[in-house]
Amino acid sequence: MVTQVDARRLLCPMPVIRLQDTIQELPLDSIVEITCTDPGVKNDIPAWCKINGQRVEQILEQDDEIIISVRKLNND
Amino acid sequence: MQRKAVSLISGGLDSLLATKAIMEQGIHVEGINFFTGFCVEGHTHAIRKKDKAKPKRNNALWVAEKLGIKLHIIDIVDEYKDVVINPKHGYGANLNPCLDCKIFMVHKAFEWIKKNNFDFIITGEVMGQRPMSQRKQTMPIISHESGAEDLLLRPLCAKNLPETKAEREGWVNRDQLFDFSGRSRKPQIQLAKKYGFEDYAQPAGGCCFLTDENYSVKLQDLWDNRGEKKYDLDDIMLLKVGRHIRPRPDYKIIMAREEGETRFLSGYKKQFQSIKTTSHAGPLALIDGPPLDQDQIELASAIIARFSKGKNADRVELDYSLPGSEPQTVSVKPLQPSEIPQNWYLL
Repeated sequence: MVTQVDARRLLCPMPVIRLQDTIQELPLDSIVEITCTDPGVKNDIPAWCKINGQRVEQILEQDDEIIISVRKLNND
Repeated sequence: MQRKAVSLISGGLDSLLATKAIMEQGIHVEGINFFTGFCVEGHTHAIRKKDKAKPKRNNALWVAEKLGIKLHIIDIVDEYKDVVINPKHGYGANLNPCLDCKIFMVHKAFEWIKKNNFDFIITGEVMGQRPMSQRKQTMPIISHESGAEDLLLRPLCAKNLPETKAEREGWVNRDQLFDFSGRSRKPQIQLAKKYGFEDYAQPAGGCCFLTDENYSVKLQDLWDNRGEKKYDLDDIMLLKVGRHIRPRPDYKIIMAREEGETRFLSGYKKQFQSIKTTSHAGPLALIDGPPLDQDQIELASAIIARFSKGKNADRVELDYSLPGSEPQTVSVKPLQPSEIPQNWYLL
């Protein structure tokens, strides 16, 4: 199951906080798909995933929106 | 037993170095970063098109990545309001409650280490570096009022301060800590070189919008005209964007200055009244205040028309929209620059 997070109009680091708080509540191997408009997420979400042991599966750009899929690999 | 510390990571050089110094001593360190809503980060860079070339990165995340440590980003927007609105130790040169802010953040970190079974807290403070929060007299106030007491270690100036528990217990070697003081950045730059850090954020004027005079003027204006010291996240985000003009006490115009700001303000059209030129290219503007009457619509439109391509035309047409309603067309003669008093402009 994919959990959707709407982070449109939010500026960094709010999308990262939304992702962090959502992923905390999910079991391992879950996927979170976060939709953003702040281009800063293209750097910040992969950086957050790297230091917290999660994995970016895909980054899609559609018009002014950026959709990032993240798989939960770490429970810590 | 490996000891554990949490480090307050702002994203600047000092917290980077302080964290590295403690990691070098074999301590497990994780970072913590507090989002207040006033942070100077990618926000404005992400909004303004002219800033597209600037790196759009969150500096705290970047520092954590550089150090290879976990970073916990914590939203404190709501709790932080009391710090901004009622600072016990007062404001600095602008609406910056730096001392109360530091006490609050160390207190939050203290709560965090208790909950997560960590041993102590690190900050990148340097004695004498900042006029309000980083002075010899204020360092013990921060330790005491935050509740952290001797669990707060400042690696960059530890040798100028009494021993903390981490030093006393031998968790860290005090001899390998530092005695930096004053406003010079040379010792930090040398230490960065020693650690091999060549690229780091050096925000001019700090990392908080509350230290900025123009921003503080707009926040004070918001409080004065609402008759109470209150704000929400949208208020403080919008203060970072656009040209702000207050022609009357009960409403304010927030006008985009370029394409990036137009896109950002467009996201607020469902919450705010808006005015946009239709006969000529011109800025999108939001109206912060109760619904305008006809005279106010015409005055606001004439001001906005002055910033459009039709500024010298006899008439300019604009659409005035209330959220959820059909736009009303307005035709006005643009005001001339001399007809807009300087005191309507909020810096």
